[in-house]
Amino acid sequence: MITAGIDVGAKTTKVVILNGDQIVGRSDLILTGFDQQEAAERALTQALVAAGLEQRAIERVVATGAGAKAVHYAHDTISDVKAAARGANRFVPSARTVLDVGAEEGRGIRCDARGGVIDFAVNEKCAAGAGAFTEAMSRALEVPLEEMGALSLKSRNAVPMNAQCAVFAESEVVSLIHAKTPKEDIVRAVHDAIASRIGSMVRRVGIEPDVILIGGVAHNAGFVDSLRRGLDIEIRVPQAPDYVSAVGAALVASE
Amino acid sequence: MAEGKEFWRWTEYNWHDPDIDPKTADCVTAGVDVGSVSTQAVVMTDGKLFAYSSMRTGSDSPNSARNAMDWALKDTGLTVDDIQYCVGTGYGRVNVPFAQRPITEIACHARGANYIYGPSVRTVLDMGGQDCKAIHCDERGKVTAFLMNDKCAAGTGRGMEVFADLLSVPIEEMGEVSLDVSEEPPMVSSTCVVFAKSEAVGLLRKGWPKAKVLAAYHAAMAHRVVNLLDRIGTEEEFAITGGISKNTGIVTRLRRELGIQPLTTEYDAQIAGGIGAALFARALLMKQRRGR
Amino acid sequence: MGYLANYGYTDGSGDWYIRIDTERCNGCGDCVTACPAGLFELIEDEYDPLSDEVTASVRPQNRRTIKYDCGPCKPVTDRPPLPCMDACEPGAITHSW
Repeated sequence: MITAGIDVGAKTTKVVILNGDQIVGRSDLILTGFDQQEAAERALTQALVAAGLEQRAIERVVATGAGAKAVHYAHDTISDVKAAARGANRFVPSARTVLDVGAEEGRGIRCDARGGVIDFAVNEKCAAGAGAFTEAMSRALEVPLEEMGALSLKSRNAVPMNAQCAVFAESEVVSLIHAKTPKEDIVRAVHDAIASRIGSMVRRVGIEPDVILIGGVAHNAGFVDSLRRGLDIEIRVPQAPDYVSAVGAALVASE
Repeated sequence: MAEGKEFWRWTEYNWHDPDIDPKTADCVTAGVDVGSVSTQAVVMTDGKLFAYSSMRTGSDSPNSARNAMDWALKDTGLTVDDIQYCVGTGYGRVNVPFAQRPITEIACHARGANYIYGPSVRTVLDMGGQDCKAIHCDERGKVTAFLMNDKCAAGTGRGMEVFADLLSVPIEEMGEVSLDVSEEPPMVSSTCVVFAKSEAVGLLRKGWPKAKVLAAYHAAMAHRVVNLLDRIGTEEEFAITGGISKNTGIVTRLRRELGIQPLTTEYDAQIAGGIGAALFARALLMKQRRGR
Repeated sequence: MGYLANYGYTDGSGDWYIRIDTERCNGCGDCVTACPAGLFELIEDEYDPLSDEVTASVRPQNRRTIKYDCGPCKPVTDRPPLPCMDACEPGAITHSW
């Protein structure tokens, strides 16, 4: 059965096309922007081209993500939590705790052997609790977002970060720069801070190995390192962590 | 701190009462309120306001406390050595080298509000550069309840500055512009400044004029402040202090939602903390004298 | 006459406050030992400077992270009674969440 899953995130939109449980095509990371419907269409078109399929070949489409309801071609929608758990299970069947850290929300999910949701907690509606924090700090530091990870791994000094808000943290970062604190130490402090907030959140559902990290922020090796240290546990990051929830949605479509 | 216009950058000033001869006073006490942005030094003679100053704190708190005090006392014939008891308050309260003790800004603010607004004030809302406080006090200015939020930028001057920058509207004008709408638009859905800013960009692209975007944001901020106040209740009389008290967009919406008219004062409410500190200094000095 | 102290914060995600009714608080310090995160401390005349009564308070370094600090005692499901409230015989402690 050919299905499609679409994840309309706060920052990026992803479409994945499955044949059974095999990925046959996917879109690039499309910037969601302010027109979710348009992003959803563009992503679908790209995925279809990649799969070499026409839209009518797809039997069922399930949407997830912040903008799931804007996907007019979807047959159904499912929650981010369900999609993440299901998708993580597909890539790492031993996954029992899924951390899904996106641009605007962070989720901690306990799941079972079939990718069903047992319990979950969220960090929402506050930029300090998700990827938006790292983005804001990358601007304040004038370090491209993609370089934040590698830079923070160079740090040998833990510098405290007092601000718990992205706006106040920006001022604090500027002060640290003026005080000649090495940038790698500041970036590490940023990652430690956000990892601490994600870690505290997921502890509320309990942490059971294997722990999987998905979502855009998983690409940040510095954040992953901070999370590992903070939770004192191995963190597995599947390939293409951004697409895992879209895969989960596509799998649900075939059920 | 970001460069450029700063909302809470008051003109620095000093003043003293020419009709009071401080040498004839029984108690000469002082309060120094060292905020993260501005420092106020207040001198009182026998519990009456005698002199004060307000200046930028800058990066050197201990010096700014002394500078503010010297400036307040300029041309009064007094020096800091004539101060019989001094209390430090505010963010940098432990950085007032000539103070006998520090006291929290919450206690000093309540006491000072009682002085400048009178004994009928029961609820004080202070919206400063980096924090937001709601305080209940009794007829003597004693704290009966409080709530202080310095974690989140929403409802603080810093949060307002982000929007002023985004919309290129001078921060002193934001409030007025936000009222320039024929009807109130829906509030922005996020109180988080970062997410609200994103939302605002989307609204601008949809063709919303600046005034409408500002109205949506101010409505959300005012509503959030009401939420904060609800945690301790808004009992009359009600007073608003701090930089954002000058934002008519917030104050008007607060008035509407609370159904309460805030008190006004001829004093600059910014010195409330310093006044409270100076009054505590007097009480502690008297206590000390009685103890001997 | 005491005061109601609300320690914590409001952000986009909600209201997170521990309230201490200092009128009820007898300064016993049981909450200080009961809290696994060490959030409480005993203070004297901080908010009532002319009194020297001892009362419980939330440590300043925890006030801006209180939602996370209290996390371990507040799992999503099967939430047990809070140790701080259990330990407080006069019932001076309440949580807003």
